[in-house]
Amino acid sequence: MIAPVPIALTVNHERVEALVLPRLNLADFLRDHLSLTGTHVGCEHGVCGACTVRVNGDIVRSCLILAIQAENATVETIEGLSDSGEIADLQSAFHQRNALQCGFCTPAMLMAAQDLLLTNPDPDRDQIREHLSGNYCRCTGYHAIVDAVESTAHARLERAG
Amino acid sequence: MKAPAFNYARASSVQEAIDLLSHYGDRAKVLSGGQSLMPALNLRLLAPEWLIDIGPIVDLRRISVESGLLTIGASTRHADLHRSPDIAAHAPLLKDAVAHVAHPAIRNRGTIGGSLAHADPASELPACMVALDATIVVLGPDGERRIPAVDFFVGIYETQLLPGELLVAIEVPKRAAGVRHFFSEHVRRSGDYAMAGLAAEAEIDGDAFVRLRLGFFAVGERPILATAARHLIGRPVTEAVLAQACAALDDELAPQDDHQATAGMRRYLARQLLVECIVSLLGRSDLRTKVVA
Ligand SMILES: Cc1cc2nc3c(=O)[nH]c(=O)nc-3n(C[C@H](O)[C@H](O)[C@H](O)COP(=O)(O)OP(=O)(O)OC[C@H]3O[C@@H](n4cnc5c(N)ncnc54)[C@H](O)[C@@H]3O)c2cc1C
Ligand code: FES
Ligand code: FES
Repeated sequence: MIAPVPIALTVNHERVEALVLPRLNLADFLRDHLSLTGTHVGCEHGVCGACTVRVNGDIVRSCLILAIQAENATVETIEGLSDSGEIADLQSAFHQRNALQCGFCTPAMLMAAQDLLLTNPDPDRDQIREHLSGNYCRCTGYHAIVDAVESTAHARLERAG
Repeated sequence: MKAPAFNYARASSVQEAIDLLSHYGDRAKVLSGGQSLMPALNLRLLAPEWLIDIGPIVDLRRISVESGLLTIGASTRHADLHRSPDIAAHAPLLKDAVAHVAHPAIRNRGTIGGSLAHADPASELPACMVALDATIVVLGPDGERRIPAVDFFVGIYETQLLPGELLVAIEVPKRAAGVRHFFSEHVRRSGDYAMAGLAAEAEIDGDAFVRLRLGFFAVGERPILATAARHLIGRPVTEAVLAQACAALDDELAPQDDHQATAGMRRYLARQLLVECIVSLLGRSDLRTKVVA
């Protein structure tokens, strides 16, 4: 029998300690152990992007990381980004532009879009598409998502003066 | 699906990783970025008893430049390669190529050592290693082995790495002044594995190639250093010379059919890539003839 292993990490600015089996991936840990169900699980092999979270500031696939590999890491999920208000403008642009229908892809899409805007505040539409290329949406056809990210970028640049 | 059960051990030094690997032998798998291993586990294609996580070994995640050589630690992530000023200055082919590897979230975790050890024939970085004449440095219980990239890749997902050995670094000769490079690939969607691709490096004197290394990928069981290059070296390149090189290339490729492309389509794309490469390296748009299917 393989025994559970203790882990300690920070999730959305809170210290978390837990006992996990080595095979448990970070997505399932967030969803099943911490009830942070905004991180979605689609394909479980890295293809759909629905499970995107931030680990130590970088976006990653949480289905391709073991919870135990996140020992001492700083993890941020869509709940963290929502509650802090960091992406409030992006969320409202998604709403206004109809950039979501069923919403399954949306938390991860927001994660990836915010990641782009932090490193490139003025991306063109090709750069937006490129950065979101690893996130699948089966509903919108992507145009509205690109619109929402582009308009958020413009609004942020205007506010920054 | 979920990964099968396994034990997990964290290695904090290269020596500890080697010790763990020799202890568990083929019951263990090295875990680096996990971007190929985790999908395989989740799909239950593999069921190792132990995973040896080399992620915590900080010494393996660095890039250094010394005299003529660029040394890249095995745990250097794709994203590290992309933003490294040393890579941009001394191995710009790698900077171009790595932008085509998967997607940003995967590049933040996936490592060069993992990509080379995994040896997917459609991968970009193995072909770059062949084009750049890199040396793969591996460490095992019996010490170090230094393997030229052209010999390292053996077949589909198959390399010269032995169970118990760890890929620790890659040595790439620093690019000399005047050397030019080319990278291009055909994919169905941005970030996918390629249907055909080419990584090349060349030295040019006047209107002729002095040296030309063509690393093709996704057109055989392993990255191919095309010997067709010999037709293009040391003479002015004409349409006839290029046609001869394309025919020679066709003879040395062994592409397979799969759900992305037929073997015939891959051959066609490879010839087209060769033409584009020569046009771009020599700045000769007059050579851009129509490649026949
Ligand atoms: C959706 C998706 C798309 C992708 N697209 C591409 C693409 O277009 N092009 C591309 O090249 N790759 C692609 N990849 C794969 C990605 O580049 C991986 O990062 C890479 O193949 C493996 O690196 P890793 O560090 O994640 O290795 P891991 O997954 O940790 O390991 C891979 C294999 O190598 C072994 N290994 C790892 N490190 C070492 C070492 N130091 N010594 C000995 N053995 C070792 C492991 O035991 C395992 O067998 C994609 C992955 C996904 C999920
Ligand atoms: S669930 Fe992780 S990428 Fe699809
Ligand atoms: S809104 Fe349904 S998958 Fe994107």
